[in-house]
Amino acid sequence: METKLPPASTPTSPSSPGLSPVPPPDKVDGFSRRSLRRARPRRSHSSSQFRYQSNQQELTPLPLLKDVPASELHELLSRKLAQCGVMFDFLDCVADLKGKEVKRAALNELVECVGSTRGVLIEPVYPDIIRMISVNIFRTLPPSENPEFDPEEDEPNLEPSWPHLQLVYEFFLRFLESPDFQPSVAKRYVDQKFVLMLLELFDSEDPREREYLKTILHRVYGKFLGLRAYIRKQCSHIFLRFIYELEHFNGVAELLEILGSIINGFALPLKTEHKQFLVRVLIPLHSVKSLSVFHAQLAYCVVQFLEKDATLTEHVIRGLLKYWPKTCTQKEVMFLGEMEEILDVIEPSQFVKIQEPLFKQVARCVSSPHFQVAERALYFWNNEYILSLIEDNCHTVLPAVFGTLYQVSKEHWNQTIVSLIYNVLKTFMEMNGKLFDELTASYKLEKQQEQQKARERQELWQGLEELRLRRLQGTQGAKEAPLQRLPPPVATSGGQS
Amino acid sequence: MAGAAGPGTGPVAAGGDGDDSLYPIAVLIDELRNEDVQLRLNSIKKLSTIALALGVERTRTELLPFLTDTIYDEDEVLLALAEQLGNFTGLVGGPDFAHCLLPPLESLATVEETVVRDKAVESLRQISQEHTPIALEAHFVPLVKRLASGDWFTSRTSACGLFSVCYPRASNAVKAEIRQHFRSLCSDDTPMVRRAAASKLGEFAKVLELDSVKSEIVPLFTNLASDEQDSVRLLAVEACVSIAQLLSQEDLEALVMPTLRQAAEDKSWRVRYMVADKFSELQKAVGPKITLNDLIPAFQNLLKDCEAEVRAAAAHKVKELCENLPPEGRETIIMNQILPFIKELVSDTNQHVKSALASVIMGLSTILGKENTIEHLLPLFLAQLKDECPEVRLNIISNLDCVNEVIGIRQLSQSLLPAIVELAEDAKWRVRLAIIEYMPLLAGQLGVQFFDEKLNSLCMAWLVDHVYAIREAATNNLMKLVKKFGTEWAQNTIVPKVLVMASDPNYLHRMTTLFCINALSEACGQEITTKQMLPIVLKMAGDQVANVRFNVAKSLQKIGPILDTDALQEEVKPILQKLGQDEDVDVKYFAQEALSAVAQRLRKLDFPAKDSEEPSAPGADKNHFLRPRGPGEDTGKAHTERAARVVSEEAVEAARFRGTDAAKVSPRTGTPQLLPGARAVRAPSVLSLEEEECGRESWRMNFL
Repeated sequence: METKLPPASTPTSPSSPGLSPVPPPDKVDGFSRRSLRRARPRRSHSSSQFRYQSNQQELTPLPLLKDVPASELHELLSRKLAQCGVMFDFLDCVADLKGKEVKRAALNELVECVGSTRGVLIEPVYPDIIRMISVNIFRTLPPSENPEFDPEEDEPNLEPSWPHLQLVYEFFLRFLESPDFQPSVAKRYVDQKFVLMLLELFDSEDPREREYLKTILHRVYGKFLGLRAYIRKQCSHIFLRFIYELEHFNGVAELLEILGSIINGFALPLKTEHKQFLVRVLIPLHSVKSLSVFHAQLAYCVVQFLEKDATLTEHVIRGLLKYWPKTCTQKEVMFLGEMEEILDVIEPSQFVKIQEPLFKQVARCVSSPHFQVAERALYFWNNEYILSLIEDNCHTVLPAVFGTLYQVSKEHWNQTIVSLIYNVLKTFMEMNGKLFDELTASYKLEKQQEQQKARERQELWQGLEELRLRRLQGTQGAKEAPLQRLPPPVATSGGQS
Repeated sequence: MAGAAGPGTGPVAAGGDGDDSLYPIAVLIDELRNEDVQLRLNSIKKLSTIALALGVERTRTELLPFLTDTIYDEDEVLLALAEQLGNFTGLVGGPDFAHCLLPPLESLATVEETVVRDKAVESLRQISQEHTPIALEAHFVPLVKRLASGDWFTSRTSACGLFSVCYPRASNAVKAEIRQHFRSLCSDDTPMVRRAAASKLGEFAKVLELDSVKSEIVPLFTNLASDEQDSVRLLAVEACVSIAQLLSQEDLEALVMPTLRQAAEDKSWRVRYMVADKFSELQKAVGPKITLNDLIPAFQNLLKDCEAEVRAAAAHKVKELCENLPPEGRETIIMNQILPFIKELVSDTNQHVKSALASVIMGLSTILGKENTIEHLLPLFLAQLKDECPEVRLNIISNLDCVNEVIGIRQLSQSLLPAIVELAEDAKWRVRLAIIEYMPLLAGQLGVQFFDEKLNSLCMAWLVDHVYAIREAATNNLMKLVKKFGTEWAQNTIVPKVLVMASDPNYLHRMTTLFCINALSEACGQEITTKQMLPIVLKMAGDQVANVRFNVAKSLQKIGPILDTDALQEEVKPILQKLGQDEDVDVKYFAQEALSAVAQRLRKLDFPAKDSEEPSAPGADKNHFLRPRGPGEDTGKAHTERAARVVSEEAVEAARFRGTDAAKVSPRTGTPQLLPGARAVRAPSVLSLEEEECGRESWRMNFL
């Protein structure tokens, strides 16, 4: 069986030196999840790009670029580019082998030429180059073979025409990176429409293609200042659609990786537009089902923002708390990981603002029956910086978590968790013995109060329900019996609040 | 803070509404902001109760402002709130005050989460109908305008769904404004908004004056249909159906058709798929003339599209398309313009395409008539019956009735048989289950003789299938066959074979005998039941497996109503009494159940005054809630399972587990009982089957 190709395994594959380092997506789940599903038989998948292909013209090899005098170079170059604009059907792997070979050789030569020969990129060849690239890469992506494609479990569909496509991408990349490349000339051809189509290709299932696209888009963003805002806007449209409409887009991780390096370069103070992107796009991205595929990149982006502007911390943490997973433990562990990353860079003044809701959530995680969630949450106490924050604010943090910790320490099924909790409780005891004793003493009382409150609530609702029924029976019934059974506690508890 | 909501009202401050004020709003609001989401959610779901307690005035002046201000909450709570508010008009004082509900709903309509927003829009649409025309212009229309010019895309998307409900009742000046707002949303910068506008375009067109449709909607439609994003273009196809219905033929040809032709040829397969998917609606909307000139050629292209998804969607529509063609000339059109393409699809490379076609192709025979069917369609049916994909074969077989009406099934029977046999033995139990379900139909069409010769043995083989669901379906199948072929046939062919299984070494097969008797006794009538079945059942009361014994008790209860007094009194009762003393609790329980049912029956027979009672004791059946359930049974669980249709080996495994494991369900608790060690030898748990296989010969599972 074929395994997922690591994108950088081919020698010509783009290395991405320009992208700032992004931590590799480390799997949170320690178990290897081998798919139980049997591998589907590969269906050769078609591509809509051959739909209108009329009669294929015969390709004949042209002389080599290096063999012609400089005066004829550009004319030949343009003929080669035209040759490379002819498309071949790769589903039929024996069709027109000769033509395919001619095009492959020509592409190879172009890659070589644009990368090493100076003075090739003169203004008239730009439109030819962009045309050749557009014809080759822009296509409607075929329907996914597997509608429930799970990027973690399933084999991706590889692009059949990759032997040519790869060379085209390589050529495009070298074109952008060439010292002769002039953005001021190219911007006439690399316009908004071009970028939009480029972005749509990020949905490709083929990871090799997305890897190239990532590097290329990064270069485009770097070289075409006029397109930057547009690229950011279109990315956020893609994300919003992914979050709220489709839940399906293959290139989210790659786009986030680019954005990570873009955010890194934002000037201070941050523009409202950027803050809005964080709050309205990046934070909601956490709610998506397939979070695990791009979580590392997403968390990187979030932390980048916070390092730029600490005042965003409260927004971010409250946002994460809002989208905290309810049932998916795997995601919960990821959230906890991200939260720790955030806490690592949090400013004490910001910590104070969110400590209470945050630690209530942490306490809920500690009481999770899934031991990995509980364990991940308890690891917060191993982090020295977090521990110092807790210590400075133990009058707030301790009451927020104490009840849960105390209860879980008696009830949790997993011994490791129980002993971890004991350690945490011990830390608290050492931190502030007096407070700890007070909380222990009031624990029982609070439990009783809770029960009392629950009873009151029940009585309140009973009373309301009776009232409703009487109303439904008609007004006369209500007048005859003016609510004698209304429980007195309601009034007292009302007074308390 | 709770105080903000009006602490002035003391707990006993008597207001004009009498007892209402006894509930201080602070208490109620406290409930609405409980720390625990679940409790908060519960309170919101009973918001109407709270409003009732407050009375209409305080709901308006205190509760609604509170709800509007504290709109930031979990999406789930917001969803419940949005839903509640849609039905709140009565609680705020009727239509005159309906506009009070607008502020909270307006905030909800701007929320990020789609489900919340959609629900808020739904509620707003509902409330809009309760507004008076004046209130509509004073309150509702301004709200729509605010949403339509909101700065985040969420409010603008929500606005798209509100235009059509306020337009018809607005004055002309306001109408023009509404149209203007809609126009600008159709060319919004954000694709999300354009999608929302495109999806409401058809709905909006329907409430517009015809002139405006032509002058304004059509250009919008044309623009959206050539949007740079295919997700917008495909929604325009949907709108096309509604718009086409509004226009005359000439206008259609001039204004809509160029765009539709373009959509059918779109470079994105998603748009072409949409055209294929909406084909019947489009066909009806544009009328017969344009269909012939434009849609048929487009349809031909879709049938040979390069994407299988598009071909499959088009294949699904073949029958409807043909049916909706004008009767005169229909046959020629189908024969010359559709059939050649269908022939190609029969040997398509994609199984979804083939099976889509197989699910509708049989329907063509009624349209084309006998001769054409025999000459042109039959070869296709035969080819599909031999298709490698079981779903294709199954789809053909499941629609045999259409062909039967036209040419009779005999024509097919030679090819049918191998196909049926192969499906009957398919490795996937769901395929086997599906073919069993068609057996009674097939039997009716093929006749007794053919059935006895070719299919009877299959039906009997299913009784010993290793999947419970199949055994159960096979049992029901027998009952239906008896109803079809009569008792005499049953007595000669089915009953003897079923009864032989009563002495099978495998207890599961012995139980199958009992299940068959349960199913067949009523159809077979008193005589066969008493003379042939009853003795076997009674004999099985001595079985060594408790599951068999308690099923004997259940069977006796089931067939009791068919038996006469003598048999009940002298044969059934003693055996049940004996089972009532069984060492096994479950056997005891079911024996006592049966005994009381039999006693009741005997009492009734003794007093013929109540002669008019129904043949079967309904009370007895109601007690049957503990009957072992298998995956094929008609319970909620079975439904979800079948709906899932995930055919995997595990599913077969699971079915087997449930089928037999469920046999041992504690009658009192309804939950599977843990078997004490001493009784572990007993068969019910499949988990232990393997040990038993090596241990005791008699328990061996010799399935099939």
